[in-house]
Amino acid sequence: MIRLFANANYDFIKWRRWAYALTAVMIVPGLVMLLATRLNYSIEFTGGTLIQIAVPKAKPVGVAELRAALDAGGLHGAEIQQFGADTAFQIRARLGTQANAQGGGTEETAQAAARALDARLGADGYKIDHYEAVGPKVGKELQGKAFLAIFFSFIVTLIYLAVRFEWRFGLAAVLATFHDILATIAFIRYTNLEVSLEVVGAVLLMIGYSLNDTIIIFDRVRENLRKYRRQNLYEILNLSINETLPRSILTHGTTMAATLALFALGGEVIRPFALVMTFAIFTGTFSSIYIAAPVLMLIEKRWPGQDARGARAFTGRAPEPAAQLLPRTPAKV
Amino acid sequence: MSTIRGRLLVILALVIASVISLIPRHVTQRVPDMATGRMKDTSVRRVPINLGLDLRGGVHLALEVDQSKGPVPDCADAIQRAERVVRTRIDEFGTTEPVVQIVGRCRLIVELPGEKDVNRAKGIVQRTAFLEFRITDMRNVFRDVIPSMDVALRAAGVRGPAAGPSNAVARLLGQDTTKAAAGPDTTNAREGPLTSLLFQGSLAGEYLVPEEQWQKADSLINRVDVKRLIPRGVELFWGAQVESRGARSYRALYAVEDRPIITGECLTKAQPRRDPLTNQAVVHFDLTHRCGRIFGDATARHVGDYMAIILDGRVQGQPPVIKSQIRNEGIIELGSRPFADAQDLALVLRAGALPAPLTIVDETTIGASLGVDSINAGIKAGVVGIILVVLIMVVYYRVSGLLAVGALALYVLFTLAGLSAFGFTLTLPGLAGFVLSVGIAVDANVLIFERIREELQHGKLVRTAVDEGFKHAMSAIIDSNVSTALTAFILYLVGTGPVQGFAITLIIGIAASMVTAIYVVRTFYMIWLQRRPDLVTLSV
Repeated sequence: MIRLFANANYDFIKWRRWAYALTAVMIVPGLVMLLATRLNYSIEFTGGTLIQIAVPKAKPVGVAELRAALDAGGLHGAEIQQFGADTAFQIRARLGTQANAQGGGTEETAQAAARALDARLGADGYKIDHYEAVGPKVGKELQGKAFLAIFFSFIVTLIYLAVRFEWRFGLAAVLATFHDILATIAFIRYTNLEVSLEVVGAVLLMIGYSLNDTIIIFDRVRENLRKYRRQNLYEILNLSINETLPRSILTHGTTMAATLALFALGGEVIRPFALVMTFAIFTGTFSSIYIAAPVLMLIEKRWPGQDARGARAFTGRAPEPAAQLLPRTPAKV
Repeated sequence: MSTIRGRLLVILALVIASVISLIPRHVTQRVPDMATGRMKDTSVRRVPINLGLDLRGGVHLALEVDQSKGPVPDCADAIQRAERVVRTRIDEFGTTEPVVQIVGRCRLIVELPGEKDVNRAKGIVQRTAFLEFRITDMRNVFRDVIPSMDVALRAAGVRGPAAGPSNAVARLLGQDTTKAAAGPDTTNAREGPLTSLLFQGSLAGEYLVPEEQWQKADSLINRVDVKRLIPRGVELFWGAQVESRGARSYRALYAVEDRPIITGECLTKAQPRRDPLTNQAVVHFDLTHRCGRIFGDATARHVGDYMAIILDGRVQGQPPVIKSQIRNEGIIELGSRPFADAQDLALVLRAGALPAPLTIVDETTIGASLGVDSINAGIKAGVVGIILVVLIMVVYYRVSGLLAVGALALYVLFTLAGLSAFGFTLTLPGLAGFVLSVGIAVDANVLIFERIREELQHGKLVRTAVDEGFKHAMSAIIDSNVSTALTAFILYLVGTGPVQGFAITLIIGIAASMVTAIYVVRTFYMIWLQRRPDLVTLSV
C-alpha cells in the first residue's frame, strides 16, 4: 500500500512570515505593473478586423491551411470559419494585440492578411470580398458583472460559513480566496497571457477550487477544536493541516494530472486555460495553509472566541509537536 | 440486503434516466441547402447535446437598422444601443454561447449554434418591443372629424361602396382601393368611404373594421389628405389581434391620446403568467418607483377611462377600463396566443426596447470556428487526463480505487445527462472544464478513503472503519461542495452569458460528484462487505 505523508508532523504555521513575504513579493509587483499597463485582452474583448474571402472552386483550401498562412504572416490566433459555401471563409483577426475598435488598423490588418495569403496561396488563389472593423464579442458589462458576482459570492460564503462554522472561519476563507484572485491576476500579468473567455472561466473555477480546499482544512480544525480541548489554535491548525495532508496531495495530484495533460496536449485554445488552472492549484493549496490558517489565528487573537483559545495562540508555552496528540495505534493493514 | 437492493434500484433508475436523456434522437438542425445556398431545416439523429459555435458552427445573421419605416439619423449610435439589447435578449433566451458583434459602422452580426430554435431566436432579436400606455380618445374628437374625412376622400375621387354594404361587393372592392377609386360609375354612394368601413366599438375611441377590409381602411387613414384632418392630440393605432363579434371577425382601430403616460423604459420586471380565471397567457410587469408615481397620478386622473397598451405600434387586447389608481404593477393580456409568446414578450420587455427596428439582411451557415486539429487535440488531451486520474486512483487505493473509478464513470454519465437536460451548449473550453472536473470529482472519494485509512489506523474493524470513514468525511464533503455550489449559483444569478454557462456546468458537476461519491461508492462498499463478511483487511 502506498501512503504519502501519513502521520506527517510539519510545523507549517511556523513559516507563516516567510510565506507572507513570498506572496507579497509575488503579488505586489504584478499589481503595480497592472497599474502601468493593461492586461492583454483577447480579440473577444478588443475586437479586430472581419475579413470575408472566397477561394476558387478549382483550388479548394481548408481552414487549417488558411490558419497556417495567417500564422506565418503574423496574424496569430485568428478565428477562421467556413461561411455559407465551401469556398467562402470568414476570418476574425487582429495585428499584434492592439484594439482597433475605432476602425484604426482595419486597413493594416486586411493588408497583412492579404500579404500572408499571397505568400501561401498566390494572388489568384483567393479573393477578399470585403473587410470591416469588428467590435468586441464580449460586452463591457461582462467584466463588471463578473466582479459583482465574485463580490456577492463572497458575502454568501461568509454567511454560509458563519452558520456552519463561525464568522471567523468565513472571513479567513474569503480572505484566502481573495488572495488567490490577486495572485492569479499577478500571474497573468507576469506571463502576459492573453485574457480570453477561457481564462476568465479558469479564474472563476479557481475561486471554487481554492474555497473548497480551505474548507476541507477548516472542517478538520472544527473537529479537532472539539476533540482536543487543551491545545491552542496554533497546534490545532498544524495538526489539522498535517492530518489532511495525504488528501491534499492526492486531490491536487489528480487535478494536476488533468491540467498538465490539457496543457501538454490540448492545443493552443486550451493551453492558457490549463496554465491558469495549474497555477490556481498551487496558489489555492498555498493560501489554504498559509493565508487562511494564519489569518484565522490573527482574527482569533484580535477578536477572541468564547474559550479564548485563539488568544493563547501566541502566548505562553512553546508549541508542542502536534503529533504527540495523535493516539498512536499501529496500523492493522 | 434490502437496503442494498433499494440503493441499487435508485442507482439503476438514475442510470436509466441518464441514458434515456442521452439516447440519439431526431433533432431539427439547420443546414445549408447545397442547391440554393439558403438555409433549410432538416431532421438529424444524434445525441442531444448541443455543440457550440466553436465545435460545430451554426447560423450567422447580419442585421441592419430598418430604414423602410422612416430614416434613422444616426445608425451607428442606434446599432451600439441595439447591440446591448440584443445581447441581453439572446443571453436570456438560453445559454447558447452566441456571438453578438458590431461590424463596420451600422451592422450587427449575431451567430447562434446551429440548431436551437433559430426561428424563435430570430423573432426575439428583431422585435423592437417598444411599449407605451395611452388613454383612448374619451372625448370622441376623432369620431367628430370622420365626416370631414369622407368629404376629403370624395373630393379626391375615392368612392364609398355602392348602396347597401353588400358583403360580396365590399369584399371585392376592399381588396384593391385603386380599382375602387377608378370605378367610373359608382356615383350614388350614400355613405362616405371611411364611414362605411368603421363601426363604433364598445368603448370610446374604439372602431371596428371588418377583417377583410382593414388593409383598405389602413391605406385610407394613411393618405396625406386624411392624416391632415386627424385632430391634434390624437393618434390612431390598430389592434394586434383579430376579434370576432358574432359571426364576423373585425380588427379594431383605436384613437388614443398622442402622449403616452409611460413607456417600456419604466419596467423593472416582466414575468409570463397564466391568468387564473381564463387560463390565457399574460405578462405581469412592475414599474420603477419614479414611473410608478407618474403612472399613479395619471391613472388617478383617468378613473373610468380606458387605457390602451401599445406594443410596437399595435394595441394589445381590448383596452381595459381604469377602475382605480394603479401604481407599480400591471398586466398585459395576450388573448389566445400560446404561452411561449408570453415568455418571449416578457423576455424582450425585460431586455428593453431596440432604439430602432432591425432587419435581417443576411443569413448564412458558418462552420466550426475551431479547426478539426484543435478539436482533436482537445479530445486527446481530455482522454489522457482522465486516464491519468484513473491510474492514480487505482494505483494508490487499489480495490477501493477501482470502486471510485466505477463511480467516476457514473459521474461522467450523470454530468453529460445533466448538460443535455439543461440544453447546455458544449464548447471546447467547456470540455476542458469537464475534464478538470473529473480530476476534482475524485476529491470526495479521496476524502472518504483517507478517512477510512485513518480509522483503520486507529485500530477500528473494517466494517466500523468504513462506516466511520463515511460519517466523518461527510461534513467536509458537504460544507466544501455546498459553498462552492453557492458561489456558482451567485455567478449564475449575477453573471451574463459565458459566466452563466460556466456556473451551470459547475453546479451540475458538483451535484453529480456528491451523488456518486457519497451514495454510489457507499453502495459498492456495502455489496463488497456483504459478500466478504470475513474481511479483516481492506484494500484502500
